[in-house]
Amino acid sequence: MRVAGIDIGSRSIELIVLEDGQVVHSKQAESGYNPIERVKELISDVSFDKIMATGYGRGIVEVAFDYPTVTEIKAYGAGATALYPGVRSVLDIGGQDTKVISINEMGKVVKFEMNDKCAAGTGKFLEMMATSLGYQAQTLGAAAQKGTEGIEINSMCAVFAESEVTSLLAKGCDRNDIALAIHQSVCRRAIGMIRRQNISTPLMFAGGVANNTCMVQLLKEALGEDIIIPENPQFVGAHGAAILASQYEPTPY
Amino acid sequence: MADYTQMWTDLGLNHDNHNALLDNLGQAYQSIFMTQENRPEGMSYFDFVMSEAHGLRIQELREEQEAGRKIIGSFCVFVPEEIILAAGCTAVGLCAGADFAQEEVEKVLPRNTCSLIKSFFGFKLGKVCPYMEVSDMIVGENTCDGKKKSFEVFKEMVPNFYQMDLPQTKTPMARHMLKQEFKSFVEKLEEMTGKRITIEDLKQGIATVNAKRQALRRLSMLRAADPAPISGLDALLINQIAFLDNPIRFTEKVNAICDELELLIKETKGAKKAKAPRVLISGCPMAIPNWKLPSIIESTGAVIVGEESCIGERGQRNLTDDSADSLEGLMNAIVDRYLKIDCAVFTPNQERVNHIKEMSQQYNADGVIHYGLQFCQPYIMESFSVEKELEKQNISVLRLETDYSQEDMGQLSTRVEAFVEIIK
Ligand code: SF4
Ligand code: SF4
Repeated sequence: MRVAGIDIGSRSIELIVLEDGQVVHSKQAESGYNPIERVKELISDVSFDKIMATGYGRGIVEVAFDYPTVTEIKAYGAGATALYPGVRSVLDIGGQDTKVISINEMGKVVKFEMNDKCAAGTGKFLEMMATSLGYQAQTLGAAAQKGTEGIEINSMCAVFAESEVTSLLAKGCDRNDIALAIHQSVCRRAIGMIRRQNISTPLMFAGGVANNTCMVQLLKEALGEDIIIPENPQFVGAHGAAILASQYEPTPY
Repeated sequence: MADYTQMWTDLGLNHDNHNALLDNLGQAYQSIFMTQENRPEGMSYFDFVMSEAHGLRIQELREEQEAGRKIIGSFCVFVPEEIILAAGCTAVGLCAGADFAQEEVEKVLPRNTCSLIKSFFGFKLGKVCPYMEVSDMIVGENTCDGKKKSFEVFKEMVPNFYQMDLPQTKTPMARHMLKQEFKSFVEKLEEMTGKRITIEDLKQGIATVNAKRQALRRLSMLRAADPAPISGLDALLINQIAFLDNPIRFTEKVNAICDELELLIKETKGAKKAKAPRVLISGCPMAIPNWKLPSIIESTGAVIVGEESCIGERGQRNLTDDSADSLEGLMNAIVDRYLKIDCAVFTPNQERVNHIKEMSQQYNADGVIHYGLQFCQPYIMESFSVEKELEKQNISVLRLETDYSQEDMGQLSTRVEAFVEIIK
């Protein structure tokens, strides 16, 4: 059986097709202003028997295509467990939200916390800071790794942090040092969420920001242990949705 | 609906604002309540009361007023209805469940004030609440700091404000203080009506309120059944209407719907499907028309099986002992009854956690959603220890903080859906 999972985030859409548990197809697109069209394009050249949607935009495809849906919490939990059986928690730093999910021994999600009210501590925050420093989002991590410690960014709010960055630049601080400080600020916030939930490990770091090696390094140091980074961290939600599609039965209530 | 324009003018309501409020309310009610399936027939009475909340019910109150009764408005379940009734007055709850005239409100209150407080200011400043305007006296109580301090501002806006002090602990001293406060309240009412409260009056008041609480209690217990015979939204609505309706008629109607629900349970018929995930709500009160969170919860297919809230079980759980045959004895019984309310403004407040555990067992809840109004210190502070204690017993908890705006609907839905996925 071919099962598909689609994760419609606020910034990007990921599609995965699994056959006998193996990824046979994966594709990503920007959500843009018309996510329904994007979904149509993404699925136009793939075939599958079952599909399930997740992510921030799952509601629109539920209406437009009548796909069953699942929250990104459950999808990330299922995806993480499928990729790394025995994983006990997931940190997902995505474009517009950050979440921490606890998973029990049986692979079931038991608790979660989400920050999704503002950009603080998300990929969006990093992106905005990269722009203020004149970097691309993808190169900010590499720049930070060249920086030295010492500066602190105090504002969690992206707007205030932006003006902090501007005044640090005006004072003549090194761009790389500031980039490092920005990463440390996002890391502190993530660690705060992790500690509040009293998670068990191993922890998987998923979502687009997991591609950022500086962030991975800082998180490892702060946690004092290794963390799991999946091969395609943005696809964990879509993967989970595909797994759940294969088990899907309409709810009895 | 009949034309009540003249009455609203007499009450000094602002027509444009008031019409806007009624339109919104009507639409929300249609889309939230009338789209539910399998509603018990007995709900038609409560639908009717809601549709006439600003019309017929206000007319009734004005007729009572013409016949010499005083209308006493209040914001908290600590204001003793038994005493109000004994004095020959009528009690109404001044619901504060919607944002209104926010810009005006923020001129007199800090932004980080809870929605409930902002709401009753907005209703006053926007001149849209007929209950507030029809009240002969408005009683404010010193509970949380937000209310206590905001009443300093509020009492300048209304001509008939009465402040009631409340203790924050349950020590013998606190009990003594509450008793003095209730006595002063009696004196105030007697002064207004020019009539002394007798033992018979007080017994009658206690009997009426006890009967109402018993009926609501009966309704609560029926929700333990699976499938739940009534939706959480409808049950909440009944609890909300308890603060507006004539208590004797209301009690009859609640008992009538309970009769119907008992039959439904016998036939294992429900308003919701069998095996639907069962959620208990705990936390801040939800005043009319604050149906936001319950409608999100039930739109996932889950069913709310109880409200550990002042508009719900916390406010109605305890009865007043009516066995004493002196005024003093009855007053003692009233004080004892009220001191059992486990509101988060009290410290310590272990009873509340115990009640949440008890309720989640009694109603077979699969999980508890703790509802805190943003900036409500007492309940949000307690939510941490509530979560810890419940999780120790393997009860899943979701702590939510929200307000009356619609802005966070998406985020709330995701959290609630994810929680329902966890508990089912
Ligand atoms: S929560 Fe506390 S302050 Fe609010 S109505 Fe209940 S008892 Fe009164
Ligand atoms: S919700 Fe909280 S802050 Fe608001 S009035 Fe009630 S106790 Fe006070």
